Amino acid sequence: MFRREHSIPLRGSAAALCNNLSVLQLPTGNLRHFGVVHGPSAQLLSAAPEDGSLVQRQLQAKEGAGVSPTLITQVHWCVLPFRVLLVLTSHRGIQMFESDGSIMVYWHALDTGDAPPGTWSGRVLVFDIPAKGPNIMLSEELAGHQTSITDIATEPVQGGDCMADVVTADDSGLLCVWRSGPEFTLVTRIPGFGVPCPSVKLWQGIVAAGYGNGQVRLYEAMKGTLHVQISAHARTICALDLAPELLSAAEDTFVHIWKLSRSPESGSIEVEHCHGECVSNTQLCGARFCDPSGSSFAVTGYDLAEILRFSSV
Amino acid sequence: MSVRTLPLLFLNLGGEMLYILDQRLRAQNIPGDKARKDEWTEVDRKRVLNDIVSTMFNRKFMEELFKPQELYSKKALRTVYDRLAHASIMRLNQASMDKLYDLMTMAFKYQVLLCPRPKDVLLVTFNHLDAIKGLIQDSPTILHQVDETFRQLMEVYCGLSAGEFQLIRQTLLIFFQDLHIRVSIFLKDKVQNSNGRFVLPVSGPVPWGTEVPGLIRMFNHKGEEVKKIKFKHGGNYVTATKEGSFELYGDRVLKLGTNMYSLNRPVDTQTSGASKNSTSRAQENIAPNPLAKEELNFLARLMGGMEIKNPSGPEPGFRLNLFTTDDEEEQAALTKPEELDNKVINIQAMQDQQRSEELARILGELEVTDQPRWSTSKGDDLLAMMDEL
Repeated sequence: MFRREHSIPLRGSAAALCNNLSVLQLPTGNLRHFGVVHGPSAQLLSAAPEDGSLVQRQLQAKEGAGVSPTLITQVHWCVLPFRVLLVLTSHRGIQMFESDGSIMVYWHALDTGDAPPGTWSGRVLVFDIPAKGPNIMLSEELAGHQTSITDIATEPVQGGDCMADVVTADDSGLLCVWRSGPEFTLVTRIPGFGVPCPSVKLWQGIVAAGYGNGQVRLYEAMKGTLHVQISAHARTICALDLAPELLSAAEDTFVHIWKLSRSPESGSIEVEHCHGECVSNTQLCGARFCDPSGSSFAVTGYDLAEILRFSSV
Repeated sequence: MSVRTLPLLFLNLGGEMLYILDQRLRAQNIPGDKARKDEWTEVDRKRVLNDIVSTMFNRKFMEELFKPQELYSKKALRTVYDRLAHASIMRLNQASMDKLYDLMTMAFKYQVLLCPRPKDVLLVTFNHLDAIKGLIQDSPTILHQVDETFRQLMEVYCGLSAGEFQLIRQTLLIFFQDLHIRVSIFLKDKVQNSNGRFVLPVSGPVPWGTEVPGLIRMFNHKGEEVKKIKFKHGGNYVTATKEGSFELYGDRVLKLGTNMYSLNRPVDTQTSGASKNSTSRAQENIAPNPLAKEELNFLARLMGGMEIKNPSGPEPGFRLNLFTTDDEEEQAALTKPEELDNKVINIQAMQDQQRSEELARILGELEVTDQPRWSTSKGDDLLAMMDEL
């Protein structure tokens, strides 16, 4: 059972994008950072649960030549083994900052060439990140998708059989599973079925994907075999998170939490529904667990100028 | 964001505008033989609608509209509708035009938000076009223009993927972000709450292509289903029975985008300082607009394709009031909050001052003291050029 906690107010409402909430859990103390895209700007918040004090910072998308202001498409904290970077994407390019958003360390312009603005090539860019400083370099471009990338999920390689540690998803619903390394290798492709896959997660060799028709599907990462199909929502999924529970949020105003396990006899993936929450009249656009045990989560909604929080009782 | 959004935005907002004008003109309808010189008749109503529809669906204008391009600001788009609303003998003063635009935008925002599938926004557009054809059915030339646009829509949009429609939907929602004006017909029907937010139902048919939530299916490594369990979703959904038609004629199934106004359900907005006052809206008006020059160029190109039929002869402009009384209209103009002062190019003012003394008087009362930033000599040249179109 979960109950509502105090909401965190935002300076501007959340934009109708998918995966529109990023949460950085800091290992020391109870401090958490939240990131939400408003439109041309992204808001970063640090909320200390003890005294509830809030530190806000607003980041703007880098302007380019063009008629309308640049809109940010995603804000995300990338937790690397030795460093945390804050990444802002827009259709003009990729900006990387130090984790608190104070300094921009890298800018990569996406050249659209002769194509009219708005055509997306489906390229996945791989960057080499040094332990410190701005010496970030584009190391590789992965070809595998034909339409725009919607989400990328990663997991440290476990050892044992599973050698897949990156999954990319696109607008056509296609999933590509990769093994990282000095050069990335494509492990398997999981075809779409006519709807976009806005959100994907990777956990212990399982790919969890949320689709535009409200379905959540779980696949075995190495071979791409479908193991579970859930008719989870009545509208497009907007966000997934794995903590070890699976969290799904959709434009139908619902958030659901699912328990994942492996059957001891067959080893196949099993799912059980744990909890559902309805956020009335709110088209959700982001959802994340706020701690590693999954005992609390936060959601954002279109037109809503606050981050809603829930914690288990 | 999507570069294919503008035609859908323009046509649907235009459709709502026609529904509202049609309803107001009917409400003020006086039988032809009994009408005084300054009162609206059925003939006048049909003429106004014909003029606006034929301007809206003009071929050159549609060509410009359908070019892949980003969405422009709300201000720039509003100017196009100001011009369109005055494509005939009808005149609207600032307060009525504001109200008209508020109603149009909130109605389409509602329709986009409630579309079951992103692709259904195309059905909403078809609903508007079907109704527009009904309004001008006595004019075969204009009907042909509308059908041409229909075909163009089908050509451009029917082949788009679900992902592209999702992007179009997101682009539209970003355009409508933070607009929470209360519309009394929505409040009465309980589709909008008193805080201005729309009600999102969790019951009814699921979108076409979606299953009713509640089932978990598990498979083994051979792809055979080994377990099936149900869970309680929380909503009250049923299967969709039929898909709407994307053909030139057909049952659209979806009701969004059909005419919700009638003589018994008049148009009305409720406004209050609180609901109109949102941070991002205020910011949009206060911050200087560096894109103004680009927008003026866009408007010049777009309206270059608009052939406005200037009524000839000594006919005065007929004024249409969107409020219930003239006093209400004047009150609304005077009580408009500061930060919403319209910085839209007032092309109409320059044209009509020669035509209508009364309008000039009203405009004089509504004179905005803060001149728009781009009302420099360069801006004036562009304005003058547009007036000559």
